[in-house]
Order: sequence, then structure tokens, then C-alpha cells
Amino acid sequence: MLSKNTSQPSVERGSRWLQASAIAVLLFLHIPMWLIFLYSFTTDTAAYTFPPPGLTLKWIPQALSNPEMQAALSLSIRVASLATVAALILGTLAAAAVYRSDFFGKEAISFMLLLPLALPGIVTGIAMRSAMSLISIPFSYWTIVIGHATFCVVVVYNNVLARFRRSGGSMIEASMDLGANSFQTFWHIVLPNIGTALLAGAILAFSLSFDEVIVTTFTAGQQETLPIWILGQMFKPRSRPITNVTAMLVVIITALPILLAQRITAGSSDTEGSNK
Amino acid sequence: MLSRVSTYLYLRPKLVLGLLLVPPLLWFLVIYIGSLISLLVNSFFSLDSFTGQIVREFTLKTYAKLFETSNLQIFARTTIMAALVTIACAALAFPLSYYMARFATPRMKTFLYIGVTLPLWSSYVVRVYSWKLILAQEGIVSWFARIVQLDGLLDWYLSLPIVGGPSLAISSTGVFLVFVYIWLPYMVIPIQTALERVPKSLIEASSDLGAKPAQTFRNVILPLAFPGVIAGSIFTFSLTLGDFIVPQLFGSSAYTIGRAVLTFQGTSNNIPLAAAFTMGPILIMIVYLLIARKLGAFDAL
Repeated sequence: MLSKNTSQPSVERGSRWLQASAIAVLLFLHIPMWLIFLYSFTTDTAAYTFPPPGLTLKWIPQALSNPEMQAALSLSIRVASLATVAALILGTLAAAAVYRSDFFGKEAISFMLLLPLALPGIVTGIAMRSAMSLISIPFSYWTIVIGHATFCVVVVYNNVLARFRRSGGSMIEASMDLGANSFQTFWHIVLPNIGTALLAGAILAFSLSFDEVIVTTFTAGQQETLPIWILGQMFKPRSRPITNVTAMLVVIITALPILLAQRITAGSSDTEGSNK
Repeated sequence: MLSRVSTYLYLRPKLVLGLLLVPPLLWFLVIYIGSLISLLVNSFFSLDSFTGQIVREFTLKTYAKLFETSNLQIFARTTIMAALVTIACAALAFPLSYYMARFATPRMKTFLYIGVTLPLWSSYVVRVYSWKLILAQEGIVSWFARIVQLDGLLDWYLSLPIVGGPSLAISSTGVFLVFVYIWLPYMVIPIQTALERVPKSLIEASSDLGAKPAQTFRNVILPLAFPGVIAGSIFTFSLTLGDFIVPQLFGSSAYTIGRAVLTFQGTSNNIPLAAAFTMGPILIMIVYLLIARKLGAFDAL
């Protein structure tokens, strides 16, 4: 008892110190992103002067109407959309199979689906590049999509499988007992049940694909997705203000859906962020 | 009609399982595992140095190249950087995770959780780009150093060998900082998960038995959180090992594994050497994962 009493003030001090360092680490994670917003409005065009010499709104319309940026954005959206659709189908099928039955190699499936995300991106990238070289497949829109879909499957799979496990099978049995066939059960029971998990999985898959740059470097050839375009701007800056605004745009495009996905799955541990 | 199909399928669960499994399985076996196998196959080919064509005959020549001094240095340099980044991430992540797991109110915890996962999921390229702004010669770090009159110290630091460079934006310190920033969230989440699982009763028992908070922390909490640190380190280590963008943007001309692979397959079209090179990080990661499993990291994922 005595030791508890004497240790009390130091716990207090300790937790205050801890709070301060926790906040400091959190700021370290966020301040760089806020800076991008600030730099989108700077009048400085030649360097990254801090503090900005002046502020202006004129870069935003210029960036939005930049044809290169538009082309890259459009390619990114087309790639991410198709990759997401593929991931939704494959991920849901795999999750349903793993949930409903026991079979040989079940553990291996989860592992295999996770592999493209768990191994360094460069491994997936160079592996696909070497396969394309081996059987002489030319770079195309489809090679990008196939690469992206492969590492997106696991986020859909994780979300949907978690939902299946949480909701259990009794509803499905009840529906079948009441005379619904498999398709009716799927349409009226299963789909509404996993709907938000699918949505969250789709959002995460989309943003994963939308941002991806390492695998894309190996499967895109000369085509430029938006992240690759930004990357090119970093090596040879042609127009810093337009890059700044585009960077801000990307933060907004990816952050909002992710906040939405967080909300959808709030209270459950559906979204396996650490498995990214 | 539909209900007849439904009955037919209901009576044959194995068939349904097959129908469900075939598309994803086919995709992964053909595209992903197939690619990995082609990587392995390619690593046993070689590049004809005269024609620049890939010679599709079995040889160990390409692997032998890995053991040239300059290439061994690339492996050493990248592994050391990955280790340093991992240690720094763990040191920074721990207080945040600890606070999240043990002191934060539920509302605060949700806020912090989103605060950590948002950068995790937001654009990698843009987050890298933001450091271009920060570390630039005329950027915020130099500005801050001038204000607190430490610019002399900064110049002195940059003049040092190994860690220094022409500016922070082109130095191994810059590479290190950006890596720590980019991968930090991958470390916070697993540590927090591990800390959440430490039973409160154990901590109370420890203090009832007379341990000071520092002793409880060292002897009870830290060992139980360690698998979380290892789990997080899998991500930070593997991601640093394979990344080629950060060293390319912020590093000197010295190669890392990722840059070497990119250059071999790109400019010289030497896919065999790139493939053999990739076996390095794969091997390092396999060893790392085996050690991690021994230390119980997979329970913390």
C-alpha cells in the first residue's frame, strides 16, 4: 500500500510526459501533409521557400486544367476502378470459400493472398516484370490493372471474411429453412449483411491502387498514373505550383474515402490497417 | 428453374466450394505465383554483354555477380538503413502506442487511431513529396534552424561524412528521416494491439507486489509488448529494404537494393541480374520472418 501511495505522483507525471510525446509523434505524422496545403497557395514558383513569400489561389484552376495532370488522373481512376472490381469479386469469393468450409490448404490461401502486400512491393513488381519478359507481354493498361488487382484482393478478403465471421451462419440457415433458395438467400440476406464490408473493402482497395507506385513502375512502361506523374515532377520539376496543387488534390481524394471507410466499420476491427 | 439450380448446388457443397475457389485461386496461382516462379527462372538466366539479349540457358553466373564487393556493399548499406529505420520507428511509436493503449479515453483513442491510420492509407508519393518541401535548402528546417540560430550546427552536421551531404534533401540523414516518417504508422498499430492485450490484472498484481511503475514497465509490460514491436518491425524492415523511391529522391548516388533492381531491369534490360538481386531481400525477409515467428510476432498481428 505504501509503495502505491508514493508512486502515485510519478504515475501522474509519467502519463503527462507520455501524453506530450504521444502528441508530438502524432504531429510529426501530420504536419508534413498540412505543409502541402500551405504550399499549394504559395506565390513562389522556383523554390520551396518557407515561409511562403505570398499566397494566391491562381494555381488551383491552372492545375485542374493541366492536360498532363488530367491524363494521369484519368488513367489512375480507370486503373483503380477496374482493379477494385476485380478485387471485390476475387476477394469475396475467396472469403466465402474460406468461411463456409474446411479444406486442405485453407491457411495457405490467406497467406498467399497477403503475400503481394507483405513482401516488399519491389518483389511483386520485378516478378511481374520478369514474367512479362519471359512470355513477351507488352506493357499496357491491362498489365497495370492486373498488378494492382493482385495486391488489392487481400483488403476486400479481410473485410468480408471478418464480417462473415462476425455475423455467423444462423441467418442464412433461417432463410433457407423458411424456403428461400440459395440465390434469394444471397440477395436478401448475405448481400445486405456484407454490404458495408464490401464498401469499406472497395474504398480501401481503390485508394491502395490509386496511390500505388512501386509495382506500377514495373508494369506501366511509359504510361503515367497520377503518382508516377507526381514522382516524375519530383525528379525534374517542370511546374512546382501545379505539382503542389495536385499533391493536395491527391491527399483530399484519398483521405475522404478512408475517413468514410473508418466510419462504416467503426466499432469493429474489420479494417486491418496494419495489414496494408 | 433457379430454385432447381439452387437445390442442385445445395446438395453439392464441394461443387460450390470449387466454384467459389477457382477464380481467386486461378488468378493467384497463374499471375502471382507464376510471376514469382518466372522471377526465379529469370535469375538463372544471364545477359549476353555483347548483344544485350537475355540468354535463356541455366547458369549461376548471374548469382556469382551478387558477391562482387560493390554489390555486397549495396546489400549491407540497405540492411543497415532498414535496421536503423526500424529502431527509430519503434522508439517513436512506443510512447504513442502506449498512450493509446493505456491512458487515452475511448473517444481520444478513436481520434488517435484515425490519426495514425490516415497517414498509413494516404498517398505514399505525396507523403514523400512533402519532405521535399521540408528538407529543401530554402525549406522549413533551414528556416527554423536560422530562427533558433542553429544554422551553424546544421551546416556542421551536413559537412560530416556518411550522414551529411550538400543539403538535408540530399543526404543519408534525409533518407533516414523520410523512411521513419513514411513507415512509422506500420509500427504504431501492432505495438498498440500488443499493449491492449496486456491484462490490467497483471499490472495491478505487479504493483501490489511492490514493484515501482518503472519496474512494472520493464519487467511486465515491455516483455509482453515485444511481439508487437517485432510484428511492426516486419513491415518497417521489409518496406525499407525494397523501397527505391526515397533513396533515389533524397539519397546520394550510392545504390540501395531497390535502386539497383530498378536500374538493372530498366536501363540495361538485365532482368536476370535484377531477379537474382531480388532474391536478396526475399531471403533476408524469410530469415527475419522465421526469427519473428520464434519471438511470437504473429500473435500480435
